[in-house]
Amino acid sequence: MLKILKYSFFDLIRSRWSIIYFLFYFITGMVLLYLSHDVSKAIVSLMNITFILTPLIGTIFGVMNFYNSREFIELLLAQPVPRKRIFLGMFLGISISLSLSLLLGMSLPFIIYGLFLSGQVMSLLILITSGVFLTFIFTALAFYIALVNENRLKGFGMAILVWLFMAFIYDGIFLLSLFLLQEYPIEKFAIAMSLFNPIDLSRILIMLKLDISALMGYTGAVFSKFFGNNSGMLISFLALTIWTVVPVLLILKKSFKKDF
Amino acid sequence: MIEIKEIRKSFGRLEVLKGFDFSLSEGKITAVLGPNGSGKTTLIKSILGLVIPSGGEIFFDGKPIYKDWEYRRRIGYLPQIAKFPENLKVKELFKLIEDIRGEKGNSEPLIERFSLDSFLNKKLRQLSGGTRQKVNIVLTFMFECPVYILDEPTTGLDPIALIRFKDLILERKEQGITFLVTTHIMNLVEELADELMFLLEGQVYFRGTHSEMKEAQQEENLERAIAKILEKEYAENS
Ligand SMILES: Nc1ncnc2c1ncn2[C@@H]1O[C@H](COP(=O)(O)OP(=O)(O)OP(=O)(O)O)[C@@H](O)[C@H]1O
Ligand SMILES: [Mg+2]
Repeated sequence: MLKILKYSFFDLIRSRWSIIYFLFYFITGMVLLYLSHDVSKAIVSLMNITFILTPLIGTIFGVMNFYNSREFIELLLAQPVPRKRIFLGMFLGISISLSLSLLLGMSLPFIIYGLFLSGQVMSLLILITSGVFLTFIFTALAFYIALVNENRLKGFGMAILVWLFMAFIYDGIFLLSLFLLQEYPIEKFAIAMSLFNPIDLSRILIMLKLDISALMGYTGAVFSKFFGNNSGMLISFLALTIWTVVPVLLILKKSFKKDF
Repeated sequence: MIEIKEIRKSFGRLEVLKGFDFSLSEGKITAVLGPNGSGKTTLIKSILGLVIPSGGEIFFDGKPIYKDWEYRRRIGYLPQIAKFPENLKVKELFKLIEDIRGEKGNSEPLIERFSLDSFLNKKLRQLSGGTRQKVNIVLTFMFECPVYILDEPTTGLDPIALIRFKDLILERKEQGITFLVTTHIMNLVEELADELMFLLEGQVYFRGTHSEMKEAQQEENLERAIAKILEKEYAENS
């Protein structure tokens, strides 16, 4: 698996897309820091960008990479290599190389600015961790969708829809249902709803860490009230882990059944 | 060596393999024949685990291949349509496969045999169809295996390459290697194959030697014998 991981990883790392992705975070981080001169504010602004962009990039690269690697996959399948290793290796190769761009692009501006003096090291770490989670989750979802759909256009469309749904539509439905149900005690419902969206979970994770009640939003506040900040973070963290593992299991299950 | 029991495969509603047994004769060259779409490639891909059969079992050296993968080290497979990462150079492709298998291949004599030297630094996307097929052949034969499964190995080869390819097969056969080959070229079958297996409508329609086939169809010539089966078939279907 390591060999396949290595090929996928270097294939992407050498491409200019990794550099562009890295530079985007690097420049955005620099601009935010030097405009606001406030590490917390920069983290919050960066978060809003990250939570839209990371899942999108994971989605696009997951789908494209799978379809573009079909030849590679078919070549490997006839070799003495188990299917599990081929698909896991490819998935990890993409996710790790995207995560590396993210890690470097996000942390360097803060380190240059003087992160270690600001007392916000943990907050940035948590932002990066959520970004990495979202990269893995959306790459896995996209990879799975591509595995199921032979038709590239359909696979691509579906993956983008999942992203759109999680990044925008879900919140709309969520808010609407909170509004419609406002006479009822809906806190448990709100918690359950957030568990089903990894982007919401990541947002909660950071809000609980930053502990800025003004920004926490309704679900953040509910989490904070129900679990306390630390357990709330732990729960979000666990839920994100499940969100990462399940699509990977789906990929493995599907890969055993697929004809090539 | 390779044993197949009651193999079935459907793609959606299309039943391609309808449950038959087959065992590959060791040390011989067996030709799998049949019209386009009769399931030759599907059968081969099932043996390699690329296609997952809907029913039945396949054994390699007595062990079921289901969820196994080590056995593929002992099968050299030449796919009908070679799929390569198009951005790689030919020599990078050879290296890649050696690296993945964790095994050094013996490519030099084959590169020489098929005069591929001048193409080693070309990208795969730049190769002509026949040259691609030569690369495909080198990639298959650079590892020594007890069985080779070749799906339409001669597609696109020029006469010289064809002769060298046939020599290669015969040399390996001398060493006791087993072959399973599909082809539509009857000359090749007559020259190389020890046994024939004719697939038709998802079943083994015929299994035996050339002379048995000619006898069964009462034809002097293999091509005509096969054409006769197909004509019957077309007549029944129309
Ligand atoms: N992945 C697939 N999905 C759906 N149908 C398939 C798939 N692979 C093969 N088929 C169908 O199965 C049938 C058998 O195909 P196969 O490639 O095994 O034929 P073949 O005997 O190798 O033909 P040829 O002589 O043209 O190479 C065909 O009708 C083909 O369309
Ligand atoms: Mg075929």
